[in-house]
Parts: sequence; structure tokens; C-alpha cells
Amino acid sequence: MPHLEITDLSAAYEADAKVLKDVNMTVDKGEIVSLIGPSGSGKSTLLRVLMGLLRPVGGQVVLDGDAIDYTSKSSLRHVRDRCAIVFQQYNLFQNMNVMRNVSIAPIKIKGWDKKTVEAEAADLLAKVGLADKHKAYPDELSGGQQQRVAIARALALKPEVLLLDEVTSALDPELVNEVLDAIRVLASEGMTMIIVSHEMAFVREVSSKVVMMDEGTVVEAGPPAQIFDAPKTRRAQEFVSKILRH
Amino acid sequence: MLERLISEAPRFFNYYNTVFLLQAMGNTLLMTVIGCGVGFILGFIIVYLRRSEGLAWLPVRMVLIAYVETFRRIPFLVILFIVLFGVQGIGIQVSLFGVAMISIAIIATAFISEIIRAGFDSIHQTQWDTASAMNFNRLQTLWYVVLPQSWKVILPPAFAFMVMFIKDTALASQLGVVELTFAGKILANRGISAILVYGTILALYFALSYPLTRLGAWMEKRFASPGNH
Repeated sequence: MPHLEITDLSAAYEADAKVLKDVNMTVDKGEIVSLIGPSGSGKSTLLRVLMGLLRPVGGQVVLDGDAIDYTSKSSLRHVRDRCAIVFQQYNLFQNMNVMRNVSIAPIKIKGWDKKTVEAEAADLLAKVGLADKHKAYPDELSGGQQQRVAIARALALKPEVLLLDEVTSALDPELVNEVLDAIRVLASEGMTMIIVSHEMAFVREVSSKVVMMDEGTVVEAGPPAQIFDAPKTRRAQEFVSKILRH
Repeated sequence: MLERLISEAPRFFNYYNTVFLLQAMGNTLLMTVIGCGVGFILGFIIVYLRRSEGLAWLPVRMVLIAYVETFRRIPFLVILFIVLFGVQGIGIQVSLFGVAMISIAIIATAFISEIIRAGFDSIHQTQWDTASAMNFNRLQTLWYVVLPQSWKVILPPAFAFMVMFIKDTALASQLGVVELTFAGKILANRGISAILVYGTILALYFALSYPLTRLGAWMEKRFASPGNH
């Protein structure tokens, strides 16, 4: 049984314009699934729908055997308890220092023991290379540092599935690698992840499955070698040839 | 004229008049601070309810919008009379001071709720989304994330409103509430030079509002920069 199973999922920001159309996808435990495709193809929307930030208009998401009802508060709480998301723009809480950003939800929302949480948060921050930045505020950090804090913050919630939404797109080129390295560490530890990324070399390197999307639908899904070297669909061939040209 | 003022001064600044003026000053301050304090709490609740989602809350949202839009447009004096005759009509015993305080709270709620709304609107939607994705409920998001970041937008106009209202409470003298202006009127009627009396009243209004302005500036500094909360 797949860990996460998405069946015929549809979503729309406005009633008559669907941004996701009957998306099907499975994610197994420990798998790293990357979503690629042109801008506006619905990749980020899919992550928003999974987290309940945009309510689906059709289809089903099953997490570990439980169908998620996105209209029910308890079901939403359940899915947000088990999945965590990192956004393109980091979205750190500007009023809190690094340590508080990472520890507030585990302490105040999950009700975990403060000392334990802070010790674990310190470990996580060390893991993403920010052991000396506990007291810094987001506006004192570079984009790459902020994004690594955001990753540590998501991990502090001990998610079963980590969603990464174009986490390097807003960064200066020289800062991209420090964030990708942090994700590589997670990949090596067997974290289940869904990654939306335009870093094709990285996608190819870490993914166990690549899903190509276009205009709100899944065009083709398969192992990286298939998608990048021998795509079966015409749309995927076009897209891949365009990216590989430069 | 100056000689007259100097010769009147000892008679004016006697013990009883001083206590009388200080009490009136206390009333002015109390009315404003309690009225605006209540206005702040109710204003916060209004904004919270106005941000509710779903059709079920629509009537509540409409009533609140109507309240805010109406009471921001009615002169304070009119509200004073409406409250005065309203409580008399219902047959509740409320002191004139109470009537003034209720009236201030009614207006302050409408104005301050708009100030708080602007503060919350200044926080980007992504902060709300991030908090919801981490299972913060709406109240927790407001308390931990949105409110601390919106102080810098809320505090300056909120204090400006309160300082402005210190002056507007003078209208409560029309009801016979013994606040600063009314106290001045009484003393002037006793035959003390109006220049001396109202000059003193002016100084007392300044003595009230200036520290409040300073307090506002201090709170802004204290709450509105990260690292201090």
C-alpha cells in the first residue's frame, strides 16, 4: 500500500478555472517524488492542496490508509500533523528568532516538552549548518540561511512526509547548494519527500520518481532515467529537450 | 491684566480648587483610558469575527461592518445623548460618568477595530498560510504570529486616537460630567478670571496627553521591533 495515494484530484482557485485536473500519483514510504514542469503547471498548487491550504473540488487523497476529508477540521489537523511544508519564500515568522521559529509549533501546538524540543531544535539547526544562529532574527539572515531555518522548522514537527515547494527558486545561485545539501542529507536518511523543483540535475540525482506536470495534469511519471533520457510522451519530450538545451 | 492674574492666582490655586481640578483631570483620563481600553478589546473581537469564514457567519459579519461604518460617522455628542436617553428609556440607573464611558467605548470600538484591521491586513497572507500548515488555529495564529508583527501598524494610530479623544471628552461636559472642561466652567462661573482658569485647563490637558504620546512612542519601540518581545 502506498504511503500517500492521490486519485483524480482536482482543484480550482476560481470556480470555472481548474488548476489541477484529475491528478493521480502515489508516494511510497521513503520515496522521493519530484514534480517538474513549466511554471503554472499546478505543481505548487498540488502541494497547497495536500496541506489543505486550497480545498480540492474533486478526487481523493489517502494518507496511510486514511482518506482525508479536507472539509473536516480534525481531518485537516491530522494531515498537517503528519506532513510539513517548506515554502519558496521561506515564510519564517518575522517576529521570532531562529530558535523560536523552529520550536514554537512543537511546544505551543503539539504540546511537547520545551526542553526536549529546544534540544532537538538545536540538533536540527546544527544539521543545517546554523548552530551559531539561534538568536538571529529572519531579517538578519541571508535567503539561504532563512530557507535552512525553514527546513529545520518543518523537521522539528517530525513529519512523515516533507513537502518542498521550489525551495531554491528565490535564492541567489551561490546559496542554492547550501540548501540542496541540507535536502541531500534528509534524502540519505530516508525521509519521504515530495519536491517541486526547477533544479533538474538535483531532481535527477535524488528522486526515486519524477512526475512531469503540465496544465494541471500529470503528463508522465517514472524513474528519473525514463523521464530525462527516454520520455514516452510528446509533451515530456518537448519539455526535457528544452531544459537539456541549456 | 497680568497683575490681575497674579493677584488672583493664590485664591485660584487653593487646596480645594486644586483637588477639584485634579479629580476632574482624573475623570477625563479614566473615561478615555477605560473607554479606549474597552474599545481595543471589543475592536479586536470585531476584527476576529469579521475574518471568520463561511456563510453561517455572514450575518454576523454584516452586522459588524454596519456597526463600524455607522459609529465612525456619528458625532460623539450625538452618541452621548443617544446613550443618555437610551439608558433612561430602558430604565437602567447609570451615572453620567458611566454614560460618557459607554459612549466613548462605542466610538472607540468602531475606530480602533479599523486600526486593528489595517494592522492585521499589513501581515502577508503567507504568514497565515504557514501558521495554518503548522496546525495553528486562527486564535493562535493571531496571538503568536500576526499580532506581534502588527503592533507597529496598530500602535501609532491607536495612541493618536486616544490622545485625540482626551480632547473630545470635553463634550461630555454637555451632559454635566465633571471632567476638565466642565470643572473649568464651574470655576470660571465662580468669578475667577476665565483666562487663568482655561489657561490652567489647557496646561492640564497637555499634561495628560503629552505623557500618553510618549507612552505610545515607547510602546512602539518596545513592541514593534523584533528582539524585544
